[in-house]
Amino acid sequence: MSTINKTYLSDIREKAEGAKGKKAACGPDIDLLRYSQHIERGKVESLESLSHQAKEAALMTGIDIKEEARSGSYMQVDHSVVYERINKMHEGKLEIMSTTDALIKYDWMEDYYWKVVSVDQDKYTAQSELKMTHGYFIRVFPHQKLEYPVQACLLVAENYISQNVHNIIIVEEGAELQVITGCTLSKSDAEGIHIGVSEFFVKKGGKLSFTMIHNWADNFHVRPRTGVIVEEDGMFVSNYVLLKPVKSIQAFPVAYLKGPRASAKFNTVVYGLKDSYIDLGSKIIFEAEDTRGESIARTIAADESVIYSRGDLIAKTKDYCIAHLDCRGILFSKKGGIYAIPQLVSDGSSKAELSHEASIGPIAEEQVEYLMSRGISRDDAVSVITSGFLNLDIPYLPAFLDRNIKEVIQATAKEAL
Amino acid sequence: MQEMLRIEDLWVSVDEIEILRGVNFSMNYGDVQVLFGPNGAGKTSLIMTLMGFPKYRVVQGKIYFKGQDITDKDVYERARLGIGVSFQRPPTVRGVTLRKLIDIISDDRTSKEKVFEFTEKLNLSGHLDRNLNDGFSGGEMKRSELLQLMVQKPDLVLFDEPESGVDIENIALVGESINKLLGKDRVKEPKRSAIIITHTGYILDYVNGDRGSIFIDGNIKCQGNPKDILSEIKRSGYRGCLVCQQ
Repeated sequence: MSTINKTYLSDIREKAEGAKGKKAACGPDIDLLRYSQHIERGKVESLESLSHQAKEAALMTGIDIKEEARSGSYMQVDHSVVYERINKMHEGKLEIMSTTDALIKYDWMEDYYWKVVSVDQDKYTAQSELKMTHGYFIRVFPHQKLEYPVQACLLVAENYISQNVHNIIIVEEGAELQVITGCTLSKSDAEGIHIGVSEFFVKKGGKLSFTMIHNWADNFHVRPRTGVIVEEDGMFVSNYVLLKPVKSIQAFPVAYLKGPRASAKFNTVVYGLKDSYIDLGSKIIFEAEDTRGESIARTIAADESVIYSRGDLIAKTKDYCIAHLDCRGILFSKKGGIYAIPQLVSDGSSKAELSHEASIGPIAEEQVEYLMSRGISRDDAVSVITSGFLNLDIPYLPAFLDRNIKEVIQATAKEAL
Repeated sequence: MQEMLRIEDLWVSVDEIEILRGVNFSMNYGDVQVLFGPNGAGKTSLIMTLMGFPKYRVVQGKIYFKGQDITDKDVYERARLGIGVSFQRPPTVRGVTLRKLIDIISDDRTSKEKVFEFTEKLNLSGHLDRNLNDGFSGGEMKRSELLQLMVQKPDLVLFDEPESGVDIENIALVGESINKLLGKDRVKEPKRSAIIITHTGYILDYVNGDRGSIFIDGNIKCQGNPKDILSEIKRSGYRGCLVCQQ
């Protein structure tokens, strides 16, 4: 039983009930009744005792099965939390549990639960409340700076399920945390949906680097809903990578910079394959003085994929703030499409400096031929340029993960030729 | 001396406009040929055609390199056969660092120690992790081209105005590096061949050319000692140089 205020919970429930049929503002509408299977799984003693398929899938999203360089791990398969662990070295510095458990344990969860994302935003947030199937709760205690990242893996192993997770991360004052989240499938032909509500709180002087790698498949829908609050001198960095096909994904995470000198940065790398429908973006709202933001997106549309690449910078403070949006796309295929939609809004913010650059085009033949003149074949030249285009210098990314992403990009770029 | 390159009756067009008109040209192993000529005469088109860029369409004629007909060969095949080019204005390639390209080109050809030595010599250590030609000055671009060629080790190097955009101080470095690349700084080792396009002739203060040619209206109109030709051009202009040959 949850310990948080009953009235608060019943208000949330009521709102969710009211939004059950509410379509999202963007992206194709999904019939959620199609995904009604409920699958529970048993606990595992270690990540190494997962099935071979699950381990392979997790590895491809940056999950370290041996947990050697990790502060802690959280693993969920279908509708069950199968594993939670804090590395002994880091005990007392942080806590990891399911959000369900956190709601039972802490009455103050009312201050965080559905506070950044609206439960009645659309049918997906509503479903996440009404049919919640856990999600992770990670909290780093004040002034604790973790040497290694926490890893969380949300894996779907069965067909026709809707995995509805609600994740909450709290970085307390002066604390620092890196999180690597891998969301993936253990079957490449799985059909279903993953709904992920994420609410992150970066307190005064805190730092959160959040890296999410998505590996989905041809028949899978994904609807993440993310909100982040960054307080005074806090820093939030989001790295998002999608390099595999997906039936449809639509997400538009929002960072609210509430305190002076707070900052947010979004790095997004997307490779659209097959007939993927991808609608992704990031929004940064500047509400305090000297806040800073940056949003960088690199997209490639191959095959018949369609990519919407959105970016909003919205200044609401009367004081100085500065932000830049950089959104570039390469179209590989005549049947694919890229829509770059940058938006700058200065809402009475006469001191705000907002800028953007956006471009879409093919790979420049001149660049390909330049590399060819050094003895590199056309296919390899295209692959090198493509990999380079997608390889953002993502800060705080562990070297092995950086290597892994580069390898995946290299392999995918060659496949796409 | 054995023949390295032979061009026979070469006609080339770009976007259906005739650029080269029946060029005949040959050079031996170790030769350094210098091409002069006014803007639009076809000098750059000749070396781009030799490198095989598809924009330069061979309408008629043949190109033989080291005895092989390369007229229809792809750019990278020609590079692998031993032709290299130093671009006048190389393109910016974002996302690909100079280090990455050097790693790919060097493969097994050039040791890491040698690459380090070349990089230091060309003052490019600070540029290795920058995107190719992104924000490079004229001199930095030329030095970056030279570094790539030193690692690539072609037998025939095509230089398109190696001194353009380079300040006086750096011309000496570029000139010395070209000599090193061509093996002119050593007595016994086999020499590389080069075709050098120059407008100003400054590079000839550092690199000795064996033969000069004046290119006008898509063909070679005059050949001789490069320094003599340059003096004649400075005195009477390109047309005057032609008259002198008649």
